[in-house]
Amino acid sequence: MNYSWDWSFFFKPSITGEGLYGVLLAEGVLWTLVLSLLSWGLALGLGTLTGMARGSANKALRWSAAVYVHCFRNTPLLVQLFLWYFVVPELLPPTWGDALKQMNPMLNQFLSVVMCLTLYTTAGVAEQVRAGLQSVSAEQAMAARAMGFGRWGVYRFVLLPQAFRVVLPSLTSDFMNVFKNSAAALTIGLMELTGQSRQISEFSGQPFESFIAATLIYMGITYAVVLLMRHLEMKTAVPELREAGALR
Amino acid sequence: MPALPYLWQGLQTTLLLVAVALVLGFSLGCVLAVVRIYGPRPLARLAAGYVNLFRAIPLILTIFWMFFLMPFVLRAITGNPYLTVGAMYSAIIALVLAESAYFCEVVRAGINSVRGEQMAAGKALGMSTLQCLRLIVMPQALRNMSPALVSQTIGLLKDTSLVYVISLNDFLGAAGQIGQRNGQLVEFYLLTAAVYLVLCSAGVVLVNYLQKRNRQAI
Repeated sequence: MNYSWDWSFFFKPSITGEGLYGVLLAEGVLWTLVLSLLSWGLALGLGTLTGMARGSANKALRWSAAVYVHCFRNTPLLVQLFLWYFVVPELLPPTWGDALKQMNPMLNQFLSVVMCLTLYTTAGVAEQVRAGLQSVSAEQAMAARAMGFGRWGVYRFVLLPQAFRVVLPSLTSDFMNVFKNSAAALTIGLMELTGQSRQISEFSGQPFESFIAATLIYMGITYAVVLLMRHLEMKTAVPELREAGALR
Repeated sequence: MPALPYLWQGLQTTLLLVAVALVLGFSLGCVLAVVRIYGPRPLARLAAGYVNLFRAIPLILTIFWMFFLMPFVLRAITGNPYLTVGAMYSAIIALVLAESAYFCEVVRAGINSVRGEQMAAGKALGMSTLQCLRLIVMPQALRNMSPALVSQTIGLLKDTSLVYVISLNDFLGAAGQIGQRNGQLVEFYLLTAAVYLVLCSAGVVLVNYLQKRNRQAI
């Protein structure tokens, strides 16, 4: 295979004059981390609320949450991203649409990706939270109300702590998916890790090294997520409620 | 509307990708699952490493790997310096490899859901592991995992839209191109979203039906 391996190219300046290749890759990693963590944080909050709404007694709330989750889980992420980036500025009132189109393009792309990723992940988290809340027996809620907890207090102090401990494993895979889904940002021009590694591979002529670097970084991120969630699971485990497989 | 034949072509590409990736990915996933559960330790760990690798990296990165780097490797292996791999083949291979990792997990959960005594009983009757799997465990496992299988196929349908990044004209790509040509991006992207929503909703209906049928069978 007449391919010249050159791992030192990460320290060479880019032919586009933007800086060292390694620095460009690090910028991509930074974008990935910022996008994913911001979306995940927002999605956890919104998803919890939506999951609660899915099980609420109010029919309108239940139905609208169900429709939202169904629509946002059953369209591809890329389609949703294009809708947010290309379609929404056209559908908004003219002044808002113009403001969106005239703002700094990177900010525009960033906002679109964050909106899209947040809402997509919220739908997934909402499903997990709903499953978790359903697994907590109904007597807990009734007992909590009998003891005088308010409507929100029941969720905050009794139901959600138990529900989250149950669905922590599934939330781990959702967390990993957020990092992988952030790669879709490259299609609208935001150079996160995957997009940046492709750019570097084209400018430097060293595709293998750049893609291997990107692969290793994603594997590192995933491993860090797995370690973090495992640590969380161990710290929050209630001894009586541990599953058979959790004892290592 | 003159756009319909082009859209139909794009839809055909999407469905072709889904069908091929489903069949090949599921078969490879089954093989991986069996190796992981019943295979010798080194092979099982290799399979586990493969599955964890493809579940850790984005599908877009896998597609880039297959599109940009696989031709290099193939040229070295076959010794033919003019070998080219088109976008379609690299997309199919990327999808098959990535989805086989997810299908492996589904099949593994399905096999583990069948009680261990079934395998023991089959072996007591003198069957080999593979015969047990084929005649006793897999039929039951397939029934148990059918909702998850359809769910994963819906995920596969959504993932095929990612071949946009190598400019392969699936439904999303076709709709986008026509939208840009006509200047009607809004309508065409909304149409794309609606079509995917309808297809995936049909899948969700199937999943619910299968889940209900499995519950009633117990």
